[in-house]
Amino acid sequence: MPRRAWGIAAAALGLGLAVLAAGLTLAGYDAGAALTALWSGAFGSWYAFTSTTLVRAVPLILIGLGIALGFRAGVFNIGAEGQFYAGAIAATWVGLHVAALPAAVAIPAVWCAALLAGALWVAVPVGLRMRYGVLEVISTLLLNFVAEALVSYVVQGPLQERQGIYPQSDPIALSARLPVVPGTRLHAGLFLALGCAGVLWYLFARTRWGFMLRAVGAGARAAEVSGRIDSRRVTAQALLASGAIAGLAGGVEVSGVSYALYQNLSPGYGFTAIAVALLARLHPVGVVGAGLLFGALEAGAGAMQRDAGVPAVAVSVVEAVVLIVVVVAAAGVRRPGALHAPGFRRRAA
Amino acid sequence: MSGLEELGAGFLAAAVRVATPLLLAATGETVTERAGVINLGIEGMMLAGALAAALGASAAGPWTGMLAGLAAGTALALLFAAVVVGARGDQIITGTAVTLAAVGLTGMIYRQAYGTAGAGLDLPTLAALPIPGLRRIPVIGPAFFDQPAPTYLAILALPVVWWALFRTRAGLRLRATGESESMARAAGVRTDVVRAGATLIGGAFAGLAGATLVLAQVGTFAEKMTAGRGFVAIAIVVLGRWHPAGVGLAALLFGAATALQFLFQTLGWELPYQLFLMLPYALTLLALAGLVGRVRPPAGLAKD
Repeated sequence: MPRRAWGIAAAALGLGLAVLAAGLTLAGYDAGAALTALWSGAFGSWYAFTSTTLVRAVPLILIGLGIALGFRAGVFNIGAEGQFYAGAIAATWVGLHVAALPAAVAIPAVWCAALLAGALWVAVPVGLRMRYGVLEVISTLLLNFVAEALVSYVVQGPLQERQGIYPQSDPIALSARLPVVPGTRLHAGLFLALGCAGVLWYLFARTRWGFMLRAVGAGARAAEVSGRIDSRRVTAQALLASGAIAGLAGGVEVSGVSYALYQNLSPGYGFTAIAVALLARLHPVGVVGAGLLFGALEAGAGAMQRDAGVPAVAVSVVEAVVLIVVVVAAAGVRRPGALHAPGFRRRAA
Repeated sequence: MSGLEELGAGFLAAAVRVATPLLLAATGETVTERAGVINLGIEGMMLAGALAAALGASAAGPWTGMLAGLAAGTALALLFAAVVVGARGDQIITGTAVTLAAVGLTGMIYRQAYGTAGAGLDLPTLAALPIPGLRRIPVIGPAFFDQPAPTYLAILALPVVWWALFRTRAGLRLRATGESESMARAAGVRTDVVRAGATLIGGAFAGLAGATLVLAQVGTFAEKMTAGRGFVAIAIVVLGRWHPAGVGLAALLFGAATALQFLFQTLGWELPYQLFLMLPYALTLLALAGLVGRVRPPAGLAKD
């Protein structure tokens, strides 16, 4: 990232924390105690760092990569939360049926199912946009609520645990669970997230497809006319890939952390990841860094609620401030095409 | 009353009840979008309005609560307008940010004001205000003329907004701004003022919508209680083709889809309740797809 981007990122985060502290003080909390709890929850010990910060960072990095990919092509995927749940449902279903298989087969099967489910879930908005011109901002957003209701249904219906008492699934097969670093809860999904970041960096920087993605994001019409790029196709691919990655994140969460499906599996990862992608300026390596930061914030939020009585949702104030600072900074200089959906301007509905 | 008539009346009344906050929010968003601004933050403004209404009502009665809701929605809209109109920030992302901010702030304030138990709040609410005579009309009467005051407000707002948008000079300027900001500016319209004003009106309506949810329906506040209603209101604006009459019908359609749940329960049909949770959203998507090529948003929507 160029130096200016670092400056903006630091300013955004600093201002976000300052606003959080001010808000907490005004609302009558002990802001000092809250921020101390936040810090120690995120970085206070080796266990806290590995088992909460890094564990929380994994889905944020993955989903953030997907959102960055979409934004690069100028599509707004605000439905990552729903795609995450679609992936989690599929992963759980497969995970319950692979007890007889070795881990080397079971884990990839679970991940593939999650990837496919995420892509299928976003295929609806893709189809609606391609065929009917329905804006993906609205359709992906609406499907989040459908996905949440679907999770609520399957954990009280087809996937409910055997005794039929709790609204959650049975634990998935041992062979479908990811290996963890001994003594911590950190699972192998971190390597997958880092690997995905590497692949996307290569795709963006070194391939024709990555170039087409950026060209369409910068201006679909220009890309069509001067580059002979099929912008509809590239847009559809970007949205599908974006959803697939969010679905994969759901599968990784089930196979690495929860081992089961239940409601509220995601504390809003799909939305936090928007802040992750934008703070990183849609750069894959930046997404890893921003994902770690927001992972720390989410981890600290839990500690803040436990130790200082401040509701964990308070940290979404920090996310909001970061988004606003980044947006204002982007508008101030020049507008990176990626922050603007060309489709949005020409949309039909 | 025959059984069938009673069933129909109950269904329609439930539909109108569910539709009321959506209609309020969607009416405000219609004004905002007609000026070329799409405000995804109305979800957060509804939430802020809901909490402010709860606080205001427990301090000084339900009408103070309604005003507090309106004020909270407007205050958040001011933030949105500052970023989007003042600094020319991206509308979609700013809207998402404002919603996130509202989730965090309401969570913080709610916990501090009501503690962790919370849910058992006993708020003074707005009772139904039957209109003599009209309420006796079969089916329609109980649905439209035996409701709390905010429902009448929402219905009356439709012709008022229609008149303001399509029959006044200010409305013409607002629509011109939404179609082409540069042309409107060239014609002497102070487009920044228009867009900021339209955003504030949208925020005020969203705040009222949140207050209605608390004071005329649920009777309590809960974290994230708006549950996407603000986003649905945006879909309703599209469904209603950016016209108050269409928006009214679309809101009622959405209310009806939700009210099916009560109808099926009454009829004793056993279907998973989650199906009904999904239905309104799925139906909205279908309806959006059905509008292919037949709707045209304000040409300048979401530009700069």
